[in-house]
Amino acid sequence: MARMIRPPAILTRALPLLFVLAVLAVAWLGGAVWLNAPQIIDRWQRDGKTDYSTGELVTAAWSQERPLLPAPQQIYADLAKSFSGRLDSPRNLLFHTWVTGSAMASGFGLGVLLGGILALGIVHVRTLEKSLMPWVIASQTVPILAIAPMIVVVLGNIGLTGLLPKAVIAMYLCFFPITIGLVKGLRSPDPLQLDLMRTYSASPIQLFWKLRWPAAMPFLFTSLKVAISIALVGAIVGELPTGAQAGLGARLLAGSYYGQTIQIWSALVVSAVLGMGLVGLIGLVERITLRYQAVPKAAGGRG
Amino acid sequence: MNKQLYLYLPIFVIGLGLYQVFLRNEPFTQLPAVGLIAAFIFSTVTVMNIIVRNPRLEARYGIIVPALFGLTILYVWEVAVRGFGVPKVLLPAPSAIGLALVVQAPVLWADFQQTVLKSVIAGYLLGNGAAFIIALLVDRSPFLQRGLLPLGNLVSAIPIVGIAPIMVMWFGFDWPSKAAVIVVMTFFPMLISTLAGLQGTDRMQRDLMRSYGAHYGQTLLALRLPVAAPMIFNALKLNATLALIGAIVAEFFGTPIVGMGFRISTEVARMNVDVVWATIAVASVVGSVAYGTITLIERRVTFWHPSFRKAPR
Repeated sequence: MARMIRPPAILTRALPLLFVLAVLAVAWLGGAVWLNAPQIIDRWQRDGKTDYSTGELVTAAWSQERPLLPAPQQIYADLAKSFSGRLDSPRNLLFHTWVTGSAMASGFGLGVLLGGILALGIVHVRTLEKSLMPWVIASQTVPILAIAPMIVVVLGNIGLTGLLPKAVIAMYLCFFPITIGLVKGLRSPDPLQLDLMRTYSASPIQLFWKLRWPAAMPFLFTSLKVAISIALVGAIVGELPTGAQAGLGARLLAGSYYGQTIQIWSALVVSAVLGMGLVGLIGLVERITLRYQAVPKAAGGRG
Repeated sequence: MNKQLYLYLPIFVIGLGLYQVFLRNEPFTQLPAVGLIAAFIFSTVTVMNIIVRNPRLEARYGIIVPALFGLTILYVWEVAVRGFGVPKVLLPAPSAIGLALVVQAPVLWADFQQTVLKSVIAGYLLGNGAAFIIALLVDRSPFLQRGLLPLGNLVSAIPIVGIAPIMVMWFGFDWPSKAAVIVVMTFFPMLISTLAGLQGTDRMQRDLMRSYGAHYGQTLLALRLPVAAPMIFNALKLNATLALIGAIVAEFFGTPIVGMGFRISTEVARMNVDVVWATIAVASVVGSVAYGTITLIERRVTFWHPSFRKAPR
């Protein structure tokens, strides 16, 4: 049997991805024409313009001012225009990204702190584990986001507005995965390893720093990635109910009120890029942290 | 015998504390009241400790421990709200929320019908069903798999709820737009989990199926879908919560005058915070019941899985 010629790795990995992306792009462009054309034909007929070529229709569909589905190049143009503005002006999306991002980051920080403390308590105090853990798990089944508007109102009543309510929402959303991941991770050393530490007569603190904490790292990073994207969702949704003036969520809401489709899509694209960037950042920190640590990479598993 | 005595006293104190909450409406700033509150908390912790430390008690009454914890939280909440005279707008007492649940029951029922029975169920079935079928199709093509998997992982980092305003624009104010948001939100977790689950068989197992002369469909039904089932159920559970969130958030962007998200946003604006809390309570119960139902089905379907087998006694 002749040996198969193996294509280079970059081709086998990149080609399928490129293919899928190309299909998506074609579907998007086609969808834009399909969705926007009826409106344009309607308008043209009212204006008495009856003969037009397909090319004309397609160009018009891709450059409509308030399209049902804007073409990618329109979003790109809108983004480019927005980024060229002054950094502190509300016309610049980077300004809104900063507003949402700072709320997300402070909420994430608080969430890591709270999640870590809870996890330490659950791992070390048996009563706390038995009483608290079922609630932590049950809370995962609750649509916590529904609480967001109320937190904003409640904190607004005590005079706290702006960044803090959003950070609290982000924190509230993201500390559960951290708690669960960290509890799982701190529990992951098997009895053999624990026994070994005992034969070394390691103190509880040594046991923690030399065995439990390193063992928890892969689990921690897996849950940090989940947590940071949830924190972003929390910060965005936290801007919805209050009529906030700045932030990606506020842009979404304003765009939906005034029918500015392109504005909605630009805000969506930016938040998507922000989310992917943040998860990528955590992945980078993970790789640097775990470089010298010979632990299996795969973590998580059944929730 | 002696040990049981330890239990009776704290339980008596807990009863006393509950009596104080439900029958006396006085704000208690006096010392006896503070003492009773401290005794209540101390008693619940004692009972929890006794149960947790004793394996025989824990096997029988283990479920009491989280229940007691929840009771303590509710008690402290109620007592603190009354004792400090916290304004209702800030934080209503659990009893006020319970009252709102009863008084507003017809409104809450209508919201439940609109949000859960129409949007969530339609979107959930469509989203998961479509993702499952597409996963089965994509599974046959390694090329498409390699293209879709990295993309799906990227999508998990995106705040998808953001598409809610677009869906409202496309599908109108009523439930179809909410269902559409849910379809998009639930699609990718299900697709990724099903694809990963279908790849979960090892070579030996596949070879065995082949040596039985099983064709594609038989291998799928007898080996690969059962192996994938735990991951598929994980996605179903995750999606149950996601679907509720999607429907509620999409209703923030426009809705007919009914629905849980609509109720939350309007009652917050009108400062009827107890109704908001009542709606959240309903949403929590719906989320938990959905999660529990799926877990029950999972146990029936994947009874063979190690995590559901009973530990040998």
